[in-house]
Parts: sequence; structure tokens; C-alpha cells
Amino acid sequence: MTNSDDIRPTPEAMLKLAQAEEVTAELGKLKIFLGYAAGVGKTYAMLEAARQRKKDGRDVVVGYVESHGRSETDALLDGMETLQRKEVLYLGVALPEMDLDAILNRKPQIVLVDELAHSNAPGSRHEKRWQDVEEILETGIDVYTTVNIQHFESLNDVVAQITGIIVRETVPDRLLDLAFEIKLIDISPEDLIQRLNEGKIYIPDQAAKAIEKFFRPGNLMALRELSLRRTAARVDDQMRAYMETQSIAGPWPTAERLLVCVSGSPYSEKLIRATFRLAEELKAQWFTVYIETPAGGRHVQENRERVWQNLRLAEGLGAQVGTITATDVTDAVLEYAGRHNITKIVMGKPNKPRWREVLSPPVVDRIIRRSGAVDVVIVSFEQDTSAEAHPSPKRRRPFELRGYAASLALIAAATVLCELLRPFLAPTNMVMFYLLAVVIASVRLGRKPAIASAFLGVLAFDFFFVPPRMTFVVADTQYLLTFLGLFVVGVVISTLVARARERAEVMRAREVQTASLYYLSRDLAASANSDAVLKAVLRNVEEALNAQVVIMLPEGERLDIMATSDGLILDIKEQAVADWAFRNSHPAGRATDTLVSADLIYLPLQTPASVLGVMGVKLASQHDYHSQETRRLLDAFATQAAMAMERIRFSHQAEQAQILQARENLERALLNSISHDLRTPLVSVTGVLYSLKEEEAHLSAQARRDLLDSACSEAERLNRFVGNLLDMTRIEAGAIRLNAELCDVQDLLGCAMAATEQRIGNRSVEIKLSGDLPLVSMDLVLMTQVLVNLLDNAHKYAPVESTIEVSATLDNSTLSLEVSDRGPGVPEHDLKRVFDKFYRIPIPEGTGGTGLGLSICKGIVEAHGGTISAENRSGGGLKIVILLPVVKTRELGYDG
Amino acid sequence: MTAEKSTDNLPRILVVDDELAIRRFLHTVLSSGEFILHEADNGHAGLASATAFRPDVILLDLGLPDLDGIEVIKRIREWSPVPIIVLSVREHENDKVSALDAGADDYLTKPFGVGELLARIRAALRRSLLEISEPVFISNDLQVDLGSRRVTVNGFDISLTPTEYDILRFLVIHAGKVLTHGQILKQVWGMTNLEQPHVLRVNISNLRRKIEVDPSRPRHIITEPGVGYRLKT
Repeated sequence: MTNSDDIRPTPEAMLKLAQAEEVTAELGKLKIFLGYAAGVGKTYAMLEAARQRKKDGRDVVVGYVESHGRSETDALLDGMETLQRKEVLYLGVALPEMDLDAILNRKPQIVLVDELAHSNAPGSRHEKRWQDVEEILETGIDVYTTVNIQHFESLNDVVAQITGIIVRETVPDRLLDLAFEIKLIDISPEDLIQRLNEGKIYIPDQAAKAIEKFFRPGNLMALRELSLRRTAARVDDQMRAYMETQSIAGPWPTAERLLVCVSGSPYSEKLIRATFRLAEELKAQWFTVYIETPAGGRHVQENRERVWQNLRLAEGLGAQVGTITATDVTDAVLEYAGRHNITKIVMGKPNKPRWREVLSPPVVDRIIRRSGAVDVVIVSFEQDTSAEAHPSPKRRRPFELRGYAASLALIAAATVLCELLRPFLAPTNMVMFYLLAVVIASVRLGRKPAIASAFLGVLAFDFFFVPPRMTFVVADTQYLLTFLGLFVVGVVISTLVARARERAEVMRAREVQTASLYYLSRDLAASANSDAVLKAVLRNVEEALNAQVVIMLPEGERLDIMATSDGLILDIKEQAVADWAFRNSHPAGRATDTLVSADLIYLPLQTPASVLGVMGVKLASQHDYHSQETRRLLDAFATQAAMAMERIRFSHQAEQAQILQARENLERALLNSISHDLRTPLVSVTGVLYSLKEEEAHLSAQARRDLLDSACSEAERLNRFVGNLLDMTRIEAGAIRLNAELCDVQDLLGCAMAATEQRIGNRSVEIKLSGDLPLVSMDLVLMTQVLVNLLDNAHKYAPVESTIEVSATLDNSTLSLEVSDRGPGVPEHDLKRVFDKFYRIPIPEGTGGTGLGLSICKGIVEAHGGTISAENRSGGGLKIVILLPVVKTRELGYDG
Repeated sequence: MTAEKSTDNLPRILVVDDELAIRRFLHTVLSSGEFILHEADNGHAGLASATAFRPDVILLDLGLPDLDGIEVIKRIREWSPVPIIVLSVREHENDKVSALDAGADDYLTKPFGVGELLARIRAALRRSLLEISEPVFISNDLQVDLGSRRVTVNGFDISLTPTEYDILRFLVIHAGKVLTHGQILKQVWGMTNLEQPHVLRVNISNLRRKIEVDPSRPRHIITEPGVGYRLKT
């Protein structure tokens, strides 16, 4: 297997190392004080080290240390800052637990956490203390902790074999790898036993017996060896890593890749642990795969849950995990192996009875036969140890009993029918009725009842119809062939039908999932804003899983509920779980490994770049939480939702950028306009003033008057422009406040005419008013200004001799005001743009508009709930139409 | 000697404005020998001058640094009916109404022309000198005889409803002065109808139809948008 050429570190290996270094730079450092049994002095050693650190000036805090009343330990604790424990109420008993939040808030440099393998009281944030430690490390705090060797997951069953005690509190091996430093606390077994006899080791009363059994020299020696070997292996690892980084040539392991297949079988767990140890030894990457067959789809729930647990275990031990749906296990395994460049497939030794192997050769045999270059490693188990730990999941369901009863009834019916037709039929043809019964049984009742009915059919046929009748004796041996034919056909048909039906069932389940994902992605694609996305996710998850859903998004510092199913209410505790899931971008809540006491499961809505929020789901039944399909579907939903939300966010950002761009353009236009329109009048005014001041004597009276006239009109223009700018600013800032009163439209026109009188002079303005105009609610000052602006424009652009027409008419409940001129009009494509700020039609020089008049009109009219539009008149000229809503008021008495 | 005597008879004008530029401008315009001018640059100084200087007309800026202009008007009105002309900026229509309701006689929107300023000052002086106005008001084609309750346009009798006549009479008494909606409503209908300014608009509209040649371009009753009405003299 070893490839002697492969002696240089691969780029992948270098990258992995670089990443590991990067990660450890951010994470806190973990120091493990490893012992092989209680009483070796782990806690003592840890405290001594901590005191030393403290003396060195580091900020050391005791997070949780149990002294068990030992004076030596207490003495070491003296003078150390110890954080208060948290009381967790469970079943009416207050259990003291480490206060994780207190540690995170206190933020020391080093925190001491005793007993890494401890299981937290139910209701704590994490099930296990090692999870607490991981969270602490993530915040960059160093952790000193203690643990015994038998708590490590991969050694769990080995220890059980040695000592006969199954340790329930386990720690994943990766913590050992994660540790920056491992300190092995080693004393000889003899000393340890002596310490035990001297009463120096704390043992809880109820465990005294078990412990006594445990502290036998044989056990202790074996455990000690285990811990020494594990530590040595770790040193070996570090050495190897060092050699890799320094590019020192050495005996490099080949890139082995292991594959282990698991099922719900009780042996799978052992298989996984065995593979893990093998992978560790070989420094190999390893894969765990579950092949879901149509028959597997029928597995009882308990079994399915165990598959799920097994996959989780493998994942925890560092395997890459996958699930494949296939009809043929052998094909699927080999295909997977080929795809992932697997070099070794690990399998369990078959333990089926011999006779079954005759019927169908075990998968192991088939794989070995077809595995080609891939090695197959067979692992054996001691059968008795764990068989009882996991009682067989097979239990006869009432449904099956009913199935057998029904098949019995079918055969009975066939027998009765044959009896009735006996005078007309030869016995061999009666077989057809039995076959029919078998077919019905396989379609309706499933495989086993169908086989049973085939068997019963053979018996009934023999007993009732094969001469001599009413005995099982067969006179004519030819009938044996008929029996065989009937039985074989029955089995084959029932198997085929059953398989087809199961496959169809699996396909249907998949189909449902695919369809629900399709519907979601279709709805998401159609969603244009984040509100629609939330609604689509909510509705689709609700429908696909018959679940209640809540979606929370960050709002400043906290998570806010943005969408929720009817009747779903989250209490503070649930929200805290959601918050944890969000902050740690890791699933939390029910059926996860964090904060499992929650009611819902919370999945982070995660994109490669960031976590956008959290989706909480309350499923219809308990078993859904452990169903792999449901979890997979939920993950898919969460991913899709996150992606859709990110898409919305990006498009929103793009939109914002566009708006910003538009605003910048506008600001540039504003600056240009201001610099031009403010300065021009100022230039002429100051010019006139200076010339009057300096050259008064030389100017004729006429010239002086002309100069003054032009200065006056320029000053007025400047005043108008400043007024417009102020108005525009107020409209834009939304500061425009309508002082609406019921006004006479005629009065409005009169005011506008009066205000423009001076500028327009005696130019002809034709006013048409329909007689039935009611009082209209408006701000007279602002609407007067609108008309003034329109009249000014008309006057400015239209030839002097042409007439300006103003009209007011009522159409239903809309007042229509029109101002028309005979000027040049506006290019058709610019008719909408005339109301934009700083739009000026590109004609007569010196008309000197500010480009603000019409946009001010638009702002004012729209503040009144009306519309303003421009159209070119037939025969030339522009018509501005204002439509204002008229609120009907009661008839008004003339005399009040 | 003669000069002294003549100054005694000249109308006395008090300018209350914190802007030096405005005061300088007013000083230039008003010190042509037609008026005697006194200046104050804040509200308190203005109040003090109003008692000491005894002006015939006060030009008051509403935006004073120490006292609200409205407050200044109210305090002066406690003891003196002297005409007050308010100088205000365009943005604050409501301030004009408050000022007029508080007792100001007229207002001018900055920036204003000299001609307009002088006209307003003279009109105010005229009103204060002839407190009891002529029983007959004549302006172009309009003639109102308060004694015989007779209104004619171009010599033709116009028949008005009692309310219309009351409004016209009130406008005639204060001809040339801006009357706020509130002031007219209070005078004509009493306190009760203050909430219904539209009643006033309907009546003004009808009144115009009867006395104006072209109601769309009124020559007699002028609307001051957002403030009130003024009868042109």
C-alpha cells in the first residue's frame, strides 16, 4: 500500500496545517490534564499549574473545580478567584453547575474547568460540559481542564471490555486533538490503590461497589497503558506535523481513505469506532455512509433513529457522512467508494445463519467479489456484549398479524371456491385460484403474508384436492411439481410486488420532498422583497412539514421575530435558544446537541458569507425531529431561504447605490444651478451699483434709470430663486404643512393674477370658470404659488402677443385647473421630465428660469393629493393640467 | 427756529429691528425730511422707546433677539392704539395672522420696495389721524354711504344681504388695512362662528360678484392669501 515516492507534504496538507494554525490563533488554548483513573491527582496538578500561571501575571479564574472536601485541593484553591456556580433547578432539586455566561462575561485569560466529561443538568445550555468548553475556547479564553482516559469516545468500548463498566459520559476525541497541550498525570497503580485504601480518593457512596470492582490492579494497568499510548500517539502526531511543516523526509503515510457502511444494526456503533481507530492509526480520512434501500424505508422508527445516531457518532468522530438511496446496497457502496477514491472498505463480519446465506449471499461476499483494487477490512465483534444493550427493534406489529389472518382468509375463500367448482375442474387448474389468492395477498397485504399464503395454499391444495383427499399424502408424485411451482411463483410474485410497492413509496416520499423544494424555490424566485421571501418560506415549510415556523432576523443587537405561524408563541427561553443558534451559527434546540430542552429546533439561515437570521420549526410529532429526511429538508429550506434573503439584500444594495448615484447627479445639478443662478443676478446688481457709484457724473439720467431698472429686476429674480430653493428644500424635507381651508377657486385665480400682475403687465389672460364650482379644500397660499409659477412660465416662453388661457372645471369630484400657452411646447419625450428638478427646455437664451418652478408645483399639488401633468396642445403650445380631488361638503348657507 | 418748529409737526416713526443693514436702509429711505426717525435694536429697547419717543407709527420686525414680536405688539396695545406695521419674511404666513390678531395694523413682506413702504406708512398715518372715518367711502366706481346704508357701483344701487353689508361696512371702516379672517368673523358673526371660515368665503365671493366688474380680477376686495382681506382705498 505504501507509496515510497510520496514523501513530500502535499499542498492540501500544508493548507490544512495553515488553517489549523489560523484557527488556533483565534481560539483559546486548551490544556488537558489527563489521568487514567479517579484519584491520580489531575485536579491538584491543574491547580498547581494555574497558581504558577497566576504568579506569572496571567488572569486566572476558577470556573468550576470540585475539591470533594480534600484539604490539599482546598489549600490550592485558596486565593484563587472562583466564579459563583449557577443553580439549575431540575425535578425540584437545585443542582450546582458551572456558570458559562459568567465566564464569558468575566473574560479571563485562563479559566479552570474540572471534569470535562461531566453531563450538565437538563435545562442547561449544552448537554455536556465539553460543549461549554468549546464555546469558551471560541471566545479566545484559554481553558485548563481534567479528564480521565476512559471518557474518550473512541476508547469507550475498549474500556468497557477491559473493566466491564460502560462509561456513559463521553468526550469526542477531537478535543484531545484540539488540545494545545496534554499533561499526563501518571502514578503507579500500586500507589493509587494505596491512596484509595487511605481514603484519599473521593468516592460517592452509591458508586462504592462499582468503584471497588474498577480499582483492580489489572484494570488500572490496562487503563494506564491506554492513556500512555494515547498521549504517545498525540506526541507522535505533533512530531509528524512538525516534520511536515519543516519538509523533513520521513515515512509518510499514503493518503488512505476508509469507508464504513452503517445501518440501524446494533453492531454499527462498534463498526464505526473500529473504523475510527483504524483511520487514526493510518492517519486516514474516513467516510461513513448509510445506504437507504426501499426495504430500509420501511424500517421501524426506532431503527431509523439509531441510524441517525450512528451517523451523528461518526460525524463526531471526524468522519464525512453521507446517505444514499439505492435499491442495491452492493452497487451503491462500490459506486460511492469509486467516487470518493476509497482505499479500504470496513465491514462487519456477517452473523446471519448459514441457511440464509444460501438464499442470498451476504453483502460482504458480494462486495469482496467486486471490490477490485479496494481493500475490504472485516471487523469482528463479540456478539454478546452489545446485543443486550440494544434490544432488537423487531417487534411483531398488530398490522402483520392482521395480514396473516387475511391471507388465511384468502386461502380459505379460494378453497371454498375450488370445492364448489370441483365437479367441473381438474385439480391442477384449481392451483390458479390459489395463485390468484397469493397475488391478491402480495398486492394488498405485503410480502410476508403473501409468502405465508403461498405456503398455506400449497398445504390446502394438497389436503383438500390432491388425491387421496383429506390427507397430506400425495399419491401422484407429479403433484410435487405443482406444489413447487405454486410456492415458487407465490414467493417471486410477492417479492416483486412488494419491492415495486416499496420503491414506489420511497419515490413518492422523495417526490414530495423534491416538489416542496421546487415550490419553495419557485415562490422565492417570485419574491421581490424580504417580506415576500419570509412569507414564502413560512408557507412552504408549514405546508411541506405540517409544522409551525418562526423566522427571526437581527434588528440591531437582538433578534426580532419577523414572521411566525399562527398560534406560535415563543417565550424568553426559546428566544434565547434562537439567539444562541444565531450567534454560534449552529443548529440548536430540540433534537440537536445544544439546548435540547427547547420546544423548537432552530436552524441558522446561513450563507457562505454570514448568518442572516434563524428559522425555528415546531414539527408535528416527536419522531419527525429525528427523521433524517425531515432534517435534510429543513436544512435545504434554511439554505434556500438564506440565499433568497441574501439575493434580496444584494439587489437592495444595488438599488441603494443607484439612488445614491441619482442623488449625486442631482446634487451636482443643484450646485451648478446655484452657482449660476445665484451669481448671475448678483453680478449684474453689483455691477450696476459700482458703475453708479464711480461714474455717476458721466451717466445721463436715462442711462442711470436703465441701469437701476436692470438691477431691480435682477434682484427680484434673485429673490424668486432663493424663495424657490427654500420651497423646494421644504418640500423635499417633507416639512411642507398644508394649511388647508375651503377656498373659492375664483379667489385662487384672483390671487394668482394679482401676484403676477406686475410681471405679466397687460398681456391678455383669458380666464374660464364653470359656474358650478364648489369650495375646494386647499392651502390657498401654496396653490396660489403653483398658479403663479405656471403663469410665469407661460409668460416667459410664449410670444408676447399670444393669449394665456386659464380654466377651472369640475368633473365629478375632481377639480381640473388648466394653464395653456402658445409657446414652443416641450419635446414629447420630455413631457414627464419637465417636473424634474433643474429641468429646463433648451430654448430661448435668457429666459432665465430656475428649473425649479414646475417641480415645486408638483410637490405642492401632490401634497394636496392631486396630480399635475403636461401635454402639448394641438396648434402649438403647452398645457399644464392640475387635477385636485374635491371633498363634497354639505350645501353651505349664504348667510351662515 | 423754523426748522425746529417744522420737525415738531413731522410724523414720528419708531423702527424696531435687530438687523443693522435693514435699519440703515430704513434710515436712508425715511430720513428725507418727511419723518422723524428713532431706532431700537431689540424688543425691550423698542418698548422703552415707544413710551419715551411717542411715535406716530411703529415699524416692527417680528424676529427679535430678546422678545417675540407678537409679545411686543400685545404690550404696546395695552396702553396705546399707535399704528404698528409688521415687517416679516415670506415663510411665516401664520405669524402675520397672529400679529394682526394681536393688534398690528398692517404688514410688509421682506424684501419690499420703498414705494410700497411709504404708501403703507402714509395709509397708517391717515387712518390714525381720521379715526372717525368719513361716512361716505369712495374708491373708483364703488361708493359706500355708511349713514344711509347705500352701496352703489358706477352709480347703480346694489342690494346686499345684511351679512354682506356688515362685512363691507367692517372693511370700509378699516379701508386699506388687512383684516384677518378671525377679525371679520368675530365682528360680523360674533364668537360662535369662528370655526367656519368657509361661510366668510362664500359671502366674500357673493359680495365680489355684486361689486366687482370682473370677480376673477378683484379691484376692491383684495385677498391676502393665508391672512385675510383688504379693501383697496
